[in-house]
Amino acid sequence: MANIQLKDVRKSFGTVKVIKGVDLEIKSGEFMVFVGPSGCGKSTLLRLVAGLEDITSGQLLFDGEVVNGLTPSKRGIAMVFQSYALYPHMTVYDNMAFGLTLEKGSKEQIRERVTKAADLLQIGQYLDRLPKQLSGGQRQRVAIGRAIVRDPKVFLFDEPLSNLDAALRVATRIEIAKLHEDMNSVTMIYVTHDQVEAMTLADRICVLRDGVIEQVGTPMELYETPDSLFVAGFIGSPKMNFISGEAAAAYKAHTLGIRGEHLNVVSEGGVWNGKVIHTENLGADSYVYLEMGMEEPVVVRLDGNNNYHSGDVVHVSPMEDKLHRFDEEGKPIR
Amino acid sequence: MSSETIVPPKVVLAKPIKSELLTQRVAAARWFLIPMLVALAVVAGWPLLRSIYFSFTDASLTDLYNAKFVGFKNYISWTTLKSGRTIYSGLLVDPVWWNAVWNTLRFAVVSVFFEAVLGMIVALVLNAEFKGRSIVRAAILIPWAIPTIVSAKMWAWMLNDQFGILNDLGLRLGLLGEKVAWTAQPDTAMTAVLIVDVWKTTPFMALLVLAGLQMIPKDIYEAAEIDGVHPVKQFFRITLPLVRPALMVAIIFRLLDAMRIFDLIYVLTPNSSATKTMSVVARENLFDFDKFAYGSAQSTLLFVIIAVMTALYIWLGRVRFDGGIDRCSGVIPRQPPFICWCW
Repeated sequence: MANIQLKDVRKSFGTVKVIKGVDLEIKSGEFMVFVGPSGCGKSTLLRLVAGLEDITSGQLLFDGEVVNGLTPSKRGIAMVFQSYALYPHMTVYDNMAFGLTLEKGSKEQIRERVTKAADLLQIGQYLDRLPKQLSGGQRQRVAIGRAIVRDPKVFLFDEPLSNLDAALRVATRIEIAKLHEDMNSVTMIYVTHDQVEAMTLADRICVLRDGVIEQVGTPMELYETPDSLFVAGFIGSPKMNFISGEAAAAYKAHTLGIRGEHLNVVSEGGVWNGKVIHTENLGADSYVYLEMGMEEPVVVRLDGNNNYHSGDVVHVSPMEDKLHRFDEEGKPIR
Repeated sequence: MSSETIVPPKVVLAKPIKSELLTQRVAAARWFLIPMLVALAVVAGWPLLRSIYFSFTDASLTDLYNAKFVGFKNYISWTTLKSGRTIYSGLLVDPVWWNAVWNTLRFAVVSVFFEAVLGMIVALVLNAEFKGRSIVRAAILIPWAIPTIVSAKMWAWMLNDQFGILNDLGLRLGLLGEKVAWTAQPDTAMTAVLIVDVWKTTPFMALLVLAGLQMIPKDIYEAAEIDGVHPVKQFFRITLPLVRPALMVAIIFRLLDAMRIFDLIYVLTPNSSATKTMSVVARENLFDFDKFAYGSAQSTLLFVIIAVMTALYIWLGRVRFDGGIDRCSGVIPRQPPFICWCW
């Protein structure tokens, strides 16, 4: 329900500049993911939107209105923390109702809203329990439930899946995606360092690096047309291979980027060849690591299993249309 | 078809004996405990038993080792006069003793109450982030670090009726009409003692509460901020319930300490019946009045009163505030007076 605009937003802690001028528009009902390596300022940016930190300079607008000075509760936001941040001495019900009792709603209304949210998240049977009696996944649901009952205009997630184990992370990820479908009028901002979460959840991804935006776009835009070497390397798994030197010069580029899935193994006379140093079989696909004299080994992604052994020489050719060419500054040549 | 019959393999059941590891651990634990138990027995157990023993004898300082057993005579005894009147004597009917008990209780409750409230406020301030916090944290401990005798003497001068700075300030500011002999007058002596004790011990309370405050995760305050909870409500609904276990322990420590207060009163208001506490009276009898057995009886009773109060405090504190739920495991403890140190 809220359109969020950031205009040259900056944030410093003392002399340390953390956010160095961010301009961004998040459309109403959009699922925006902030992604970047640790220390890039993505959590700080979220906390600025939440109102948990003061904005040093610049403007934050919700639906065209400047909200820089508004307290978090007045901004109509709800937030899910990485650590869940549940009130440890309150039951699940009280955790979810605590924010509501303050809005002076009638008791029945509050009970109705809490029950509805609890049913949606399948935590109805735990309402009388204390947080410490719940598993990590259940706690995270309570935290999400507490956010839902507030009926927010903007829903903020700060690395909500980081404390969960791998299986639960996937399950909860799907639930969050469903939640976004159900609450499609609510603007959601989600912070993560995990590019898989970013790719699977986002309508648009905002890649941050060192306090500035590197690129904003849909997951496929970032995957197919990265605006920089950094984005190219950050989005996609396994990481994009970078090839420099003569091999790149042959394509009139300083650095060539090619994803592992865009390399074809050929029997003889491929464009490049390298020695196998390691293989990983994942069942559905497999990775072959080739030593080609680059800084890092080149990864080739193959369907199914492979039978290469260390020391084998493998010839590969890139799919020409999937090659990314970058200049010295790491900008793409198109 | 095979003629062999299948013989089920013999199952060797593990004997339900203590594993070697467990035995080793128990043995190690015993060895670690022994020095502590020996030390406690020597410095606390033995004197306590001796005191209790002497309280049932007619011991005096001049003749400690030939004391005769006299039963409960020191506690209570009676003689019936020819006229039929019965006269009771002994500790339990001694008005001086009961005055001391009343003084001690009054002192303990009032001082611990103010120390808890002020200690909480100081701890909240120290828990906030501001410039020079570490210096303030160290500075606040100074009153506690000064030996009691020194601070008592210091305050005695400040409270002095002729030369004291407090009287001087009070007169200059027009708060006092005339100079007050704070420590000498019966109606102000207890107040003077309380002021000094609160000044001296609040830092200790603050430190214990601060430790409790720092255990509370910061992010739940952020969650509360997003929930739009007013700071005052945050204190009563979040901070106070979560710091309560630490606060309770701090109050127990202080209460135990306050119940046996001696040095401050001995120095600040010697011989004032308005402030004499159980410890002061017991010492008087033991050494000044040569009523060693009687003093021992008072010491014993002091021990009993402190033990009962502590047990009551723990029991009531848990039942009333907790709804009987054991914080360690979330189950209702079988027996109420059960100290749970992982609070």
